[in-house]
This record gives sequence, C-alpha cells and structure tokens, in this order.
Amino acid sequence: MTAEHLLIYTAVMAGVTYLIRVLPLVLFRNEIKSPFVKSFLYYIPYAVLGAMTIPAVFTATHSIISACVGLAVAVIMAWHRKGLLPVAVAACVAVFVTEWLMRVI
Amino acid sequence: MTPEEKRSAFRTGFFDGLPIGLGYISVSFTFGMMAVEKGMPAWAAILISFTNLTSAGQFAGLDVIAASGSMIEMALVQLVINLRYALMSLSWSQRLHPEFNWVKRMIIAFADTDEVFAVSSARAAGGKKLRFIYMIGLMIMPIVGWTGGTVIGALASAILPDVVRSALGLAIYGMFIAIIVPPARDHRSVAVVVLAAVAVSCLFHFTPILNRLSSGFVIIICGVGASALGAWLFPLTEEAADTEIELNDEIKCAEEKKGDRCDC
Repeated sequence: MTAEHLLIYTAVMAGVTYLIRVLPLVLFRNEIKSPFVKSFLYYIPYAVLGAMTIPAVFTATHSIISACVGLAVAVIMAWHRKGLLPVAVAACVAVFVTEWLMRVI
Repeated sequence: MTPEEKRSAFRTGFFDGLPIGLGYISVSFTFGMMAVEKGMPAWAAILISFTNLTSAGQFAGLDVIAASGSMIEMALVQLVINLRYALMSLSWSQRLHPEFNWVKRMIIAFADTDEVFAVSSARAAGGKKLRFIYMIGLMIMPIVGWTGGTVIGALASAILPDVVRSALGLAIYGMFIAIIVPPARDHRSVAVVVLAAVAVSCLFHFTPILNRLSSGFVIIICGVGASALGAWLFPLTEEAADTEIELNDEIKCAEEKKGDRCDC
C-alpha cells in the first residue's frame, strides 16, 4: 500500500462520488419519469446496506456469538424505531457485555 | 437579501447542520479506526473522509483498498453504492433559488448526503426555495464532524483496548440496521429487496469458487440484482411515495417543535 496508490484510490473514490452528486445538479432540471428507474434508485440503498451487513457483521467482532447478540439487539431496537445513534451504541454495548460475560463464565 | 437576513439564514443552516455533524462523529470514528486496523496510514483515512463525505461508499472502498482491488472495481463500487445521491441532487435541482448559478451548484453538490438532503428538503417544504447562504451554513458541521471523527478514530485506534475495538466494530452495522429495518417493517417490498440482497451476499460468501470474487463486486451484484428485482416486482407506487412524504413530515414536525408551535 504505497502513498501513491492510496492517493489514486482516494482520487477515484472522491471523483466518482462527486460526479454522481454534481452532474444531476448542473445538467438536469427535469424529473425522472421512468417508474422502473425511480423504483430501482429507491431500493438501491436498502439492497446495498443489506448485502454489506450480512454476512460481514458476523466477523466484525472477536467472536461470532457476541456479533449475533449485537445484531439481535440492533434489529430489536431498530424494529422499535430507535434512531441511528441509539441503535449503534446499544449494539456496541451488547457486544462489550457479551464478550465480558464470555470471559468471566 | 440584507446583511441581517444573510446572517440569519447562515445561522439557521449552521444549527440545522449541528446535530448532523455530531451524529457523523461516531460513524466516521469507526471508519478511521477500521482504516488504521486494515493497515492504512491515518492521513489517508482522513483525506478520504474529507474528500468523500459518505459512509457506505467509504467503508466499501476500504474493503477494495485492503484487497488491492482494481481502480475499475473501485469506481464501479462507488457508482453503485452512491447512485442514490444522483436522485437527491435531482430533487435539489428543483428546489434551488434562481440565485444558484453553476458554481454555487458545484459547491453544494459536495455536501449532498442523506441527512443534509433530508434536513434541507424539510426547509424547502411548501415550495420554498433554498438559499445559497443557508446551504453553506448547513454544510459546515457535517463536514467538520465527518472529518474530525475520522481524525479521532484513526489516532485513537492504537491506544484503545482490544475489547473496546471489538465492540466498536459493530457500530457501523448497527447504523445500517437502523436504516434498513424500519422501512422493511412497513413495506413488504423493501423487506423482499433486503432479504434478496442478503441471500445473494451469503451465496457469494459461502459458495466455493464464488467466494473468490472480491467484496466490492459482490456488493454491486447484490445491489443491482436485488434493486432490479424490487423495481420489477414492486414498481414505485403511491405507497413508497407516501413514505417519503411521511419522512418529510416527521422532520418538519421536529423542526416546528423546536419553535414550540407544533400542531401535528
């Protein structure tokens, strides 16, 4: 991982992300009409986040057990419509407590 | 606008952006920490956060870098994951005051994130037009919070005890869950799309041969596949449109509560 490589990666990331944001603002003024494209864009974030979360979440902590407990806590909290921060904090605390219990028992 | 009006619009934007910036700190903290753990120097993590200002895209980018993926892969990953910003920018373009020339549009485009978009949309409710000075005020704290959180995460990673780092590893996923679950609970279409994406993601992770594909491409395949399935099975109807309106109403309601004149 040389500095040069990292700079090119960063430039590609930032460049693509910025182009996505800026092109519609400068070029288009009309609303998207196609129901398929509209729906596709609507579903994209959920599909991407789902795929990024599972199965990666199971190896995000030191043990799969604590990851499962953390995930369960997050899902239950999110189901009850708690905000982003409370859900994330509760999941972290659940992992911390589970791993502590696993060491003690 | 008089100088007083300008100052007031700037202040309004700044304080609208304050909670967003504070919320960003914890997520970008995790990003800085994970980047350093994957062997990246702190300066690179900070530079990425400052120039990208996006969560899911940066975390996926981290995987591509860690796996020494190609630049094409990196570009495609960012394109797919961040495509939603195009929709938000499109929506913004209908709500800008005529004072927005292309230079001003290029400046605010940088800060087009889910949260900044949501708050500014609430301000533009009822056909009001967004002013440039308000947008500048709104952009400041999200950028400061996102970059600053990465600085803290990247530098603190080395001194944090192992158990704390393990626990913080779940923060970003907790956040993703908080974004996915409520709409999946309300709309079967979203639930189906998420489950399809998860199923394909697991298929690629656990099947021999398929699991050699890099995680970036897997995300692209899952994202495009599941969303296309959703768009084909459940084309956007009134139902989905209503969700967006509900969301905006909630924000508007929260805004009004601040001013002690909420009647909703």
